[in-house]
Amino acid sequence: METAFHLLAVGLLVAAVAAMSLRHLVHCALCLVAVFAAAAGLFLTLGAEFLAFAQVLVYVGAISILIVFAMLLTRTRAVDAASLSVRPRALGVTAAGAVAGFVIAAVLTSRALPEKAAAAPAVPVRELGRELMTQQVPALLAVGLLLTAALLGAVVLALREPPAAPSGKEPRA
Amino acid sequence: MSPLERYLIVAALLFGIGLAGALTRRNAILVLAGIELMLTAVNLNLIAFGRYGGHAAPAAGQVFVLFVIAVAAAETAVGLALIIALFRHRRTVQLDEADELRG
Amino acid sequence: MNGLASQLWLVPALPLLAAGVLACLPRGARRLAAGLAIGALAVSLVLSLAALAATWAAPGPEGFRAVVNFPWLVWGEHTLRLGWVLDPLAAAMLAMVSLVGLLIFIYSVGYMAGDENFTRFFCFLSLFAGAMLAVVMANSLVLLFIAWELVGLASYLLIGFWYQKPAAAAAAKKAFLTTRVGDLGLFAGMLWLYAATGTVVFYDGGRGCLESAAVSTLAGRTVTAGLTWSAVISLLVLLGAAGKSGQFPLHVWLPDAMEGPTPVSALIHAATMVAAGVFLVARMFPLFAAAPPGATGTPPALQAVAWLGAGTAVFAALIAVAQTDIKRILAYSTVSQLGYMFLGLGVGGVAVGMFHLLTHACFKALLFLGAGSVIHGCHGEQDIRRLGGLWRAQPITFATYAVGMMALAGVPLLFSGFWSKEEILHAALGWPVSRGPFWLGLTGALLTAFYMTRQMVLVFLGPYRGGAAAGAHAAARPHESPPVMTVPLVLLAVGAVVLGFFGTPAWPALQAYLDPAHAAHLAPDLRRLFSAEVLKLMALSTAVVLSGLALGWWLYGRRPVTDPAAPDALELVQPGLFRLLREKFRVDEFYAATVVRWHAGWAALGDLLDRWCWGGLVWLVQGLALGLAWVSRLVDELAVNGGFDAACARLVRAGRRVAGLSTGRLPSYLRGVAAGALALGLLLLWGGCR
Repeated sequence: METAFHLLAVGLLVAAVAAMSLRHLVHCALCLVAVFAAAAGLFLTLGAEFLAFAQVLVYVGAISILIVFAMLLTRTRAVDAASLSVRPRALGVTAAGAVAGFVIAAVLTSRALPEKAAAAPAVPVRELGRELMTQQVPALLAVGLLLTAALLGAVVLALREPPAAPSGKEPRA
Repeated sequence: MSPLERYLIVAALLFGIGLAGALTRRNAILVLAGIELMLTAVNLNLIAFGRYGGHAAPAAGQVFVLFVIAVAAAETAVGLALIIALFRHRRTVQLDEADELRG
Repeated sequence: MNGLASQLWLVPALPLLAAGVLACLPRGARRLAAGLAIGALAVSLVLSLAALAATWAAPGPEGFRAVVNFPWLVWGEHTLRLGWVLDPLAAAMLAMVSLVGLLIFIYSVGYMAGDENFTRFFCFLSLFAGAMLAVVMANSLVLLFIAWELVGLASYLLIGFWYQKPAAAAAAKKAFLTTRVGDLGLFAGMLWLYAATGTVVFYDGGRGCLESAAVSTLAGRTVTAGLTWSAVISLLVLLGAAGKSGQFPLHVWLPDAMEGPTPVSALIHAATMVAAGVFLVARMFPLFAAAPPGATGTPPALQAVAWLGAGTAVFAALIAVAQTDIKRILAYSTVSQLGYMFLGLGVGGVAVGMFHLLTHACFKALLFLGAGSVIHGCHGEQDIRRLGGLWRAQPITFATYAVGMMALAGVPLLFSGFWSKEEILHAALGWPVSRGPFWLGLTGALLTAFYMTRQMVLVFLGPYRGGAAAGAHAAARPHESPPVMTVPLVLLAVGAVVLGFFGTPAWPALQAYLDPAHAAHLAPDLRRLFSAEVLKLMALSTAVVLSGLALGWWLYGRRPVTDPAAPDALELVQPGLFRLLREKFRVDEFYAATVVRWHAGWAALGDLLDRWCWGGLVWLVQGLALGLAWVSRLVDELAVNGGFDAACARLVRAGRRVAGLSTGRLPSYLRGVAAGALALGLLLLWGGCR
């Protein structure tokens, strides 16, 4: 178990770094897929099988493809290396590092976390379903609504505008 | 180091990497990707807590993650649609060049 | 009667109102102006004649008197009352002033026809008429003084009517200032009277200052030199009267006043205004005649009046002998006759003086208007050396002028001047104090006849000497004046004759009317005329007049004068005397050397003070103000503006720097969000949310 975790964790982090720093966009996309896959694996080690598969389905199957499509649709001339990142790059990295460091520090020094690593029993899918349909129904419905809205929004946004109307009646000055 | 802490640290690192990417990359799509990474880190956090947190309702964490995934998907879709729309108007997705709202 | 008395205020009010309206009329409204002025004065005349008739018909032992008083100014417990009185004195003066005034107004329509300031002339004339009528009927010394000053103002305006002429402007100023000196005396007298008696009203049902209670109070108290208060007040009032009536030494303005148009000279400086001084003394006669109980002899005030009058009469007559301007001769003659009036008041009382005033008004106005007719007909020539032979060209003028001249000289029996002068000489003869005034009066009569003969001969007889001098205009022959001018002359000539018959010793109607003491003699009685003393005096004065006429004829009439530049006949006989007389005894020069120079010194001092002291102060204040302004500007520019500008610039810079934050670039915004979230987390963590 330990080794799976370590392997997956390292793979995850390396792929993430790669995804965020590679030059070629499609390489970034592929690394992203690796990240999501590794995350799915980590979910498995945590006993959330359903979520692992959901992760693969949604993230790897849909989101990554979307990103690839978007990359393909917005291709321009090749960008030179010097302007890969926003200048100054150090600021962003520092900020992110600060955040990460802060969280790690909080985790390590926290007294709220339980000491004993008592693994909770795995949650069967049935349990998940019941939770969804009873306790979290409002949230479920809301998310449904949200998804619908997002769908519609995305369609509208990406709609190609009709060409400008021929110069007919101009408004009188 | 307890298993929980391990997972948490990994999640924190992943979050930091995602944030770094979102803050530094010029391409808008990669910024969105960074945001996805951050959300993934959050999911990891939630499941770890659900497993090792010692709460009475272990399913709560996983349900939460479900919702996060759904929302992330929606948000990515809309965000990419925005980028495409932006691309149509300005023929670029470099964030540096989209500064018409400059003050 | 009461009704008439209470409406009497209309008599001066109407001309004053007309003057007010005329002041607002445009220059071209001549007909309207003349019509308004003449109309107003005509109504006043009607009212005055009604008043005269009313007072004539209702005599009493004390004489008639109706009084209307009203409070005017009230402060604390003091009240200043004004009012008017209707008694024989006032009624006679009202009638005379309005009648003579009306005739002169009508005359002026013709005389001033060619002048472009016709309307203004009538405005001032109306002002004068209203003010003079107010003087005459005033029952309060304050009201009298106000109207007195108004009369002086009108005189100033009218003398200086042709103000573009420097001589006229100077003459007006001289008249005003000289009478002002006299007015100071009148004012001082008024103040003393008010302080002593507490009232300035003349007749007030027993409380007036001319009624017995007040008069005896004033007569009872004395100051230095044994003069009673009444005497001192009377002398102060006399000063005012002397100024207005041109008595020596305040006579210098009257001859210069001839710079004004001739109707003005006739109205103001012959008939009415100068008579105001005589009238004042007549009005305040109870004060002049007041004597402490148990005193004998004539009151000193009356003595002063008599001597002043007698002296001035001779003094002015002497100067008139040597003058060459037709109007100046008449002016000095006026001064002389006013002296006679004062003499009459002093030795004989109100009736004697006023009788001569009334007759003099008539014939002097006639003479002046006649002189105006001569000037008008000879196209503005006033020098008698350049006149002559006008009896042919201006017959009506000649005839009326002759009547006036004989009245003035005192040709016996037919002419009013003779009778009025007789009264004066009669009273002077019987004056207990001294015979001096009598002899002076006789001398004056001789001189009067002499200089009037001289004037008549030189102006109307002999050849016309005026052609040689001026250019084209003098070539035109002298012509008679239009009827609008000659008719008043005729009317006045009739009056000059007829008026005398009201005052002969046979029937002293006027005297009885004016002075109740003569009332006993009201019925005509020819026997009085033939009493010994009256006949003797008449013979004496006739002899004097005839000798004056003869002397004048002998010097001037025997050989007609043909050359305007030839020396005067008297000058040939007595060059030194003639020169002294012609230079008016050098009184003007004396004043110029003393009073005028003294005044100029004060004026120079005042100028110095004004320029350096007050001017310096002003300059200091100005400098202070400028300095303050400069400092203020500095503060405003540097501190306020500069500070404000600097603050604004800094604000703009800060704003620009802050604006730099909104780059419009997403990554920087994200960075901001991340930083903020980090900060928030730190806060929560170490804020105690562990």
